[in-house]
Amino acid sequence: MTTTPATPEAATPAAATGPDLVLDVDHLVVEFRTGKQRVQAVSDVSFQVRRGETLGLVGESGCGKTTTGRALVQVQPATSGTVRFEGRDLGSLSAGELRATRTRMQMIFQDPISSLNPRRRIRDIVAEPLVIWGIGTPDERQERVRTMLESVGIDPDTAGDRRPQEFSGGQCQRISIARALMANPSLLICDEPVSALDVSVQAQILNLLADLKAEFGLTMVFIAHDLAVVKNVSDRVAVMYLGKLVELTGSDELYRSPAHPYTEALMASIPEPDPEHTTDHQGLTGELPSPLDPPSGCRFRTRCPYAQDRCAAEEPLLREVRPGHQVACHFPLGTSEAAPA
Amino acid sequence: MSPGRRARDRSLEFPDVSEVSSNPLLEVDDLRTAFRTPRGTLRAVDGVSLTVNRGETLGVVGESGSGKTVLSRSIMGLLPARDVVRSGTVQFAGHEMTALPLSDLRQVWGAEMSMIFQDPMTALNPVVRVGRQITESLRLHLGLDKQEALATAVELLRSVGIPSPEERVRSYPFQLSGGMRQRVMIAIALACSPRLVLADEPTTGLDVSVQAQILDLLASLQRERHMAVILVTHDLGVVAKRADHIAVMYAGRIVERAPTRTLFAHTRMPYTRALMESIPRLSDASGTRLRAIGGRPPDLINPPAGCRFAPRCALAQDKCREEEPMLQPSEHPDHLFACWFPLADGQSASPPAGTPVTVSAAAPTPVGTPVAAPDPVGEPFPGPDTADGGGPA
Repeated sequence: MTTTPATPEAATPAAATGPDLVLDVDHLVVEFRTGKQRVQAVSDVSFQVRRGETLGLVGESGCGKTTTGRALVQVQPATSGTVRFEGRDLGSLSAGELRATRTRMQMIFQDPISSLNPRRRIRDIVAEPLVIWGIGTPDERQERVRTMLESVGIDPDTAGDRRPQEFSGGQCQRISIARALMANPSLLICDEPVSALDVSVQAQILNLLADLKAEFGLTMVFIAHDLAVVKNVSDRVAVMYLGKLVELTGSDELYRSPAHPYTEALMASIPEPDPEHTTDHQGLTGELPSPLDPPSGCRFRTRCPYAQDRCAAEEPLLREVRPGHQVACHFPLGTSEAAPA
Repeated sequence: MSPGRRARDRSLEFPDVSEVSSNPLLEVDDLRTAFRTPRGTLRAVDGVSLTVNRGETLGVVGESGSGKTVLSRSIMGLLPARDVVRSGTVQFAGHEMTALPLSDLRQVWGAEMSMIFQDPMTALNPVVRVGRQITESLRLHLGLDKQEALATAVELLRSVGIPSPEERVRSYPFQLSGGMRQRVMIAIALACSPRLVLADEPTTGLDVSVQAQILDLLASLQRERHMAVILVTHDLGVVAKRADHIAVMYAGRIVERAPTRTLFAHTRMPYTRALMESIPRLSDASGTRLRAIGGRPPDLINPPAGCRFAPRCALAQDKCREEEPMLQPSEHPDHLFACWFPLADGQSASPPAGTPVTVSAAAPTPVGTPVAAPDPVGEPFPGPDTADGGGPA
């Protein structure tokens, strides 16, 4: 034991504004400066995540989903807007308080191999969160390492003394997950955790995340570009495009009746493992516009098959078209307002 | 460049398409590539035979470590000079690739057979403008002068869908997005109108939306230019609608090979089915448990006895762990599979939860005659490790 707080929870009393609300993101804006210009990577994004829920965050490269994920744990400070985690505004916390809070919110990354220190042994990598927080005796920590490695399907006896290079990508991702869960977080943010993996290994990791979520009562934010993967793990899905949230609803509802043309196009791009499969919709064409100079009005209008004059003139705001189904489109699909194709 | 240079570059004759159109463009027979490592001989490709016709697409599918990348590099002859043993034959447009000296291979690479690599950021030279990376092969193989080559490069960039190509030829790779870089890679690979393009995981690092665009682009250029394509991927979804034939690789061997529709409709090998089942489908309800394949591909230095997939196969029986199944024909044309207990149409590779494996009763006994011997007649890889293969040649 050391003199640091015995448990990370001690530093983060649950100030309750609704115990079921783990994350409350309100008008989040993240800007980057490039030379004299400013880029809004995340542009006025609001959403909430309830306890035990998995929220999927989906979109193409450059849509701001990773920046959003980083802003949730304040690795990337918000330019404006607030991120409330378990009732506390993370932007108002001191550096020490924020550090203590982060034990409750952990992140796993896309490239499992480069997120593990190649020169350290697996047992030390996984034990590190406890060492940093001075939790437990060395023996207790190693016991916890054993338990966690077993939960993620890694044999602690053979793996503990080895180094990351001796493991495959899928195994490294399992080790990253074990490390993230060591300090008992309530929120796990997964940033493209399976994008670098083979489909066979991807399925193993997705099943593992589902099991761990149930076992440890986790709340998750799952970031990925593949809507089929996101749908599989998520209860609700938020679709992002060029820094904006364009659609937010339950995963099955999103698949059944996507209201935003971007969501529809994103779904049509997914390769179905079936030679007989056909789709009525066109996949996406063209490139993502530059976020330095986003299109006026609706940012998707330059690639939207249904775009009208109004889309260029007026920015659509996120609104509810059906209970629990929000969309930012002037002519949402599957509603009476839909534009003629 | 002078016409003389062009003539010299064309000293290796490739007959016109029309002359030999009845023969396959590429015929690989019993190809084996092994690497000598400190731990022993690693058989990355272990007796692969396949054919590709003109203008056709062959999908080669397998997990990391199945040998699919080494297979494509072995076909092309892009292997390290040391500690590699390759045997078998690679007949390409009337030439035996394995017998060609490096000087002749250089005339084939880029001109007749080219490769699109997985990671365009590392495959492109970061300090050379993309224009020059495209004109390099145009000038070398087609003997174009600088101006002609540059004009062709601009046209190529336009044909792969790069906006304002006149400006983009002057870009460096880092100034382009991942999708754009992959388009540049395709432009380079297609610059000299090769007959065969090997695309090794061409879209794996890309978003699904960009992936669809790149694959569509490749398919339309392929039709236009009547090229054959070998599309190597770990994702059966990628090749489901784009390949004419699919070869599924596992642990250095082809375990199932068929026309695409046959492969999906009449899957016989549990590994193929397991690969299909591990893909999350948009049409499945959220939270549907994926049928993952447990474990990982075997160590190719010491592969398991019997069927190499048996240790991970939910339907494996004692026979699978003892005797290696050979590729044999199914009742469907051009369909080969290597399995002792082939699946029935529509049968899952995973047994119903909670029930013991009872496949032996349902599965037909092995049928047909073997068409390929799984073991070499002699030992093609003289090396320290002869534990699992025949005697000296």
